[in-house]
Amino acid sequence: MRWRAVARTAFPFVVVGGLWEIVARSGIFPRRLFPSLEEVADTFLRLTAAGVLPYHALETVIRLVAGFGMAAVVGVALGIIMGRSRRAEDIFLPLVSIGAPIPGLAYAPLFLLWFGLGNVGAVILVGFVSAFPIILNSWTGVKAVKEIWIRAAQAMGANDRRLFRQVILPGALPYILTGLRLGLAQAWRILVGVEMLAAVPWGLGWMIFGAREFLNTDVMLAGIVVIGAIGLALEKLVFQRLEQFTVVRWGMMTS
Amino acid sequence: MHQIEVRDVTLVYDTPAGRVPGVQDVSFSLEASEFLCIVGRSGCGKTTLLNILAGFLAPAAGEIRIGGKVVTGHGLDRGIVFQDFAQLFPWRTALENVAFGLEMKGVPKAEREGIALKQLQLVKLEKFAQSYPHHLSGGMQQRVAIARALAYNPAVLLMDEPFAALDALTREEMQRILADVWRETRKTVIYVTHNVAEAVFLADRVVVMTPHPGTVKAQVPIRLPRPRDPLSIEFLEYQKELLRHLTEQAAEA
Repeated sequence: MRWRAVARTAFPFVVVGGLWEIVARSGIFPRRLFPSLEEVADTFLRLTAAGVLPYHALETVIRLVAGFGMAAVVGVALGIIMGRSRRAEDIFLPLVSIGAPIPGLAYAPLFLLWFGLGNVGAVILVGFVSAFPIILNSWTGVKAVKEIWIRAAQAMGANDRRLFRQVILPGALPYILTGLRLGLAQAWRILVGVEMLAAVPWGLGWMIFGAREFLNTDVMLAGIVVIGAIGLALEKLVFQRLEQFTVVRWGMMTS
Repeated sequence: MHQIEVRDVTLVYDTPAGRVPGVQDVSFSLEASEFLCIVGRSGCGKTTLLNILAGFLAPAAGEIRIGGKVVTGHGLDRGIVFQDFAQLFPWRTALENVAFGLEMKGVPKAEREGIALKQLQLVKLEKFAQSYPHHLSGGMQQRVAIARALAYNPAVLLMDEPFAALDALTREEMQRILADVWRETRKTVIYVTHNVAEAVFLADRVVVMTPHPGTVKAQVPIRLPRPRDPLSIEFLEYQKELLRHLTEQAAEA
């Protein structure tokens, strides 16, 4: 049974890989612009062995963690405050609602002018942009906490602090986790984008964009593979586990 | 002195259509360890009254005294069981749910879990102590809710149609379990229901309420030995009497 599961997972990759090879070898594109999988794998191994790819990846991940970490802390806190306080909701909800649909990259030139080229501007931009879905979902989560849980807890003598920690926080958790997940995806996209604007030296986005000057499509593809792999790892190793351990176990969300 | 005194309680709802009386001049009293059922059709104000007793709503006029003290908000002298199965906290096991009130009181973990387990035994769910609510059936969840409301040892148990959403067979089983729990704990119980048979099965006394505005129509003591046989003639006579009180008003309306 085990190999069948593996085969099912591998199947779409095998199909896409096969099609890729057919196009690569057909001569529709010049070989230089559409490398075969073998060449991409070669480049990947070469760059990894030389330490270039890990270094770029590490730079990018550090920026991601810094920016997203800020967004997570500030976003969850602000979202919960908005959910709990009518006044905070009146002040921040219109601002957040207007800011949320604006593509993050639109802010990039401004942030780079304000905070300069380099890590500071990039990290602040990533934090700012990825905070929006986190704020909105945390706010919704607090609003969606069932009134009956609050009543039951109050009837059993919960004070405000305990009500918050023991009822509102776990009650809002499914939404908060969804917000963090969306925020991370947002952070990932904006980060690679801002790295391409040459705001920073090093980083996967910078590597991919830099590679175009020499038509190094194999380098670009190796970079894209790493971006995909990191994203998948964060999803599987962090978020899915967090959900399995909490909201799925509690029956508040199906896996 | 009575343990619970409800005196001239009135509550008016402000709605877009004007002021709608929820309950008007409701008065009754309970002795300690008495099981009182409040019966009435939807909209008669029985749940409103229970919410006032629980301290979630403040009456516009009149007052409620429990143990001589005027009710002004919620308090640990009352345990509450709602109709909605969702009242349990999904992120806590059955045992942790039952222990919640004790935790709020600051009882140490080992002690409160010991007490919680005893409460679960009372409702015959000790085997499911470590289960999360979504793995329990509706009837089991309501039993956990009863154990939870009893765990911090309140003097009074307030119940708002806890079995109304269950199927008939499960409901009868729950009623028998509740009767046992009451026999063992001797709590004062106020139990709201629209089910006449349920009221006759459980209550020492039944308060019949009628709507528009919500008032007390009649008070009927149930003088039947326990455990009660729902198929006995006397049982059916009581049901008929309650139904007569309920339908008379409908005919006038």
